Amino acid sequence: MRGVGNKSIWSSDNTAGYLFIFPWLFGFLVFSIIPIGASLFLAFTRYDILSPPEWVGMDNFKAMFTEDSRYWLSVKATLLFVFIAIPLRLVFALIVAMVLNQKLRFLGFFRSAYYLPTLIGGSVAVAVMWRHLFGLNGALNSFLESAFGITDKISWITHPSTALPSLILLSVWQFGSAMLIFLAGLKQVPKELYEASEVDGAGSFQRFKSITLPLLTPVLLFNLIMGIINGFKVFTEGMIVTGGGPFDKTLFYVLYLYEKSFRYYEMGYGSAMAWILLMVIAAFTAIVFTTSRHWVHYESKGD
Amino acid sequence: MGTSVRTIRLFRRGIFHLAVTVFALVMLYPMLWMLSSSLKDTTEIFVNSHQLIPSEWSFDNYVTGFKGFAGISFSVFFKNSFIITILSVLGTVISSALVAYGFARIRFKFAPFWFACMMLTMMLPAEVLMIPQYILFHKIGWINTFLPLIVPSFFGGAFFIFLIIQFMRGIPKELDEAAVIDGCGKYRTFAMVILPLLTPPLITTAIFKFYWTWDDFFSPLLYLNSPKLATVSLAIKNFSDPTMKTDWGAMFAMSVLSIIPIVVVFFLFQRYIVDGISTTGLKG
Repeated sequence: MRGVGNKSIWSSDNTAGYLFIFPWLFGFLVFSIIPIGASLFLAFTRYDILSPPEWVGMDNFKAMFTEDSRYWLSVKATLLFVFIAIPLRLVFALIVAMVLNQKLRFLGFFRSAYYLPTLIGGSVAVAVMWRHLFGLNGALNSFLESAFGITDKISWITHPSTALPSLILLSVWQFGSAMLIFLAGLKQVPKELYEASEVDGAGSFQRFKSITLPLLTPVLLFNLIMGIINGFKVFTEGMIVTGGGPFDKTLFYVLYLYEKSFRYYEMGYGSAMAWILLMVIAAFTAIVFTTSRHWVHYESKGD
Repeated sequence: MGTSVRTIRLFRRGIFHLAVTVFALVMLYPMLWMLSSSLKDTTEIFVNSHQLIPSEWSFDNYVTGFKGFAGISFSVFFKNSFIITILSVLGTVISSALVAYGFARIRFKFAPFWFACMMLTMMLPAEVLMIPQYILFHKIGWINTFLPLIVPSFFGGAFFIFLIIQFMRGIPKELDEAAVIDGCGKYRTFAMVILPLLTPPLITTAIFKFYWTWDDFFSPLLYLNSPKLATVSLAIKNFSDPTMKTDWGAMFAMSVLSIIPIVVVFFLFQRYIVDGISTTGLKG
């Protein structure tokens, strides 16, 4: 139909198309493609932005893996964070979504109340607040003292064994987005399925296991992948709440990358770190995707 | 018999609602604590800190806080944040709508290839681009200006373009064809026919871009070194620096103010936000 071999229409469509996508195309070349190339090159150099980059081959990667003990501390802190905070957050989000899916009055109010922490959670203000909430004279200690008479206080933020858990708690507190996505998924579950299983005499746990959970697996996959990607990129919490301390217990990967690149101006090293991060995130995403074939249930598959 | 069953059911529903309410209060407590701390006298904040009711209500913290620090009023930081946020939102909305129309409605050479490139950039972590982008902006002398925070927005956001394309797929192609019959070219069809119909995804785009820019802390930290140029989030970080002697009451007051725009937008556009997250997984 469209322009049956008419050359002028084809070319005008081409012009129009490229004119419309020009903003993105330009940005893609200048802010993505060139930087990607530059970053890959810099990963094999020593570069402090003032003097020209100096080719060092694999030295950055060698240093990272064999010499830099802080690097491994940052890997450890990040992995602990991702593998504790993200599953906890998802479990919380799912439980709360199922509760909100019951016949509940003031649903809108509760949904907003549970979502509000996520809404404002990314802000510096909340990070600063968290530092004081769990600080030496913060609300938690003051509550423990007046409720249980506990007077030997510690600062939860600066104590080596509680610093990371308080950041994990901050992250779990922000389960709102995942909850909204689960809630939308729960609304899609056909009521007839529950009615049928009730007739069959299935208990509520049985119903959860054989109806709710399988039907939610696509949404769960989505939440899991977003959670992993964002979890690896955790920065503000470590920067503001704990400053990476104590003893690098909360020195997250991106925080260390930031320090190396913009505090010590080791931009070659920073680029090398960024590429490892990219590959690790890609690997985890790929693993989740490949295994998902075995546990994600798609309604339309098969018949 | 019947009534006792109903009583038990009523009782259980009551307990259920009570539990949900208590949990909501626990969730809201940190925010209420911040609000109440901002209304307490600074000397009172860390004494019996968990109590939410100030012994004496005072708005002094807001007055001293707004004076800012190092001689720079907080109004400067708010102005900076608003300039950056409003321009970024405008840039993103306009450019993303244009690009989305190009991809969704025009057949041009290599379109599928470019579209695939765009989808790939969505998965690229910003951390990989951060260092070379910094070098780029450094070389062209944009450090210590708002430009690195604003200009990239005018080149479309992959995620938002995708969001708008998805919405456009629901607009019948017959509309475009009718416009062409009426003598409209591609450009007029976009401006007069399609653009007005795109209000919902454009509002969603504007809201989330607003949130991300307002909350953004990383880019201001990288690019805005002069205290006069700080955004609100950067100012609060500087304000609360552990090496400084901080007036905590004032700090909490400014923290509360920094969150107000986010909360206001949320209550104005709640429907768009909840839909946006539920259907596309946009992270707020």
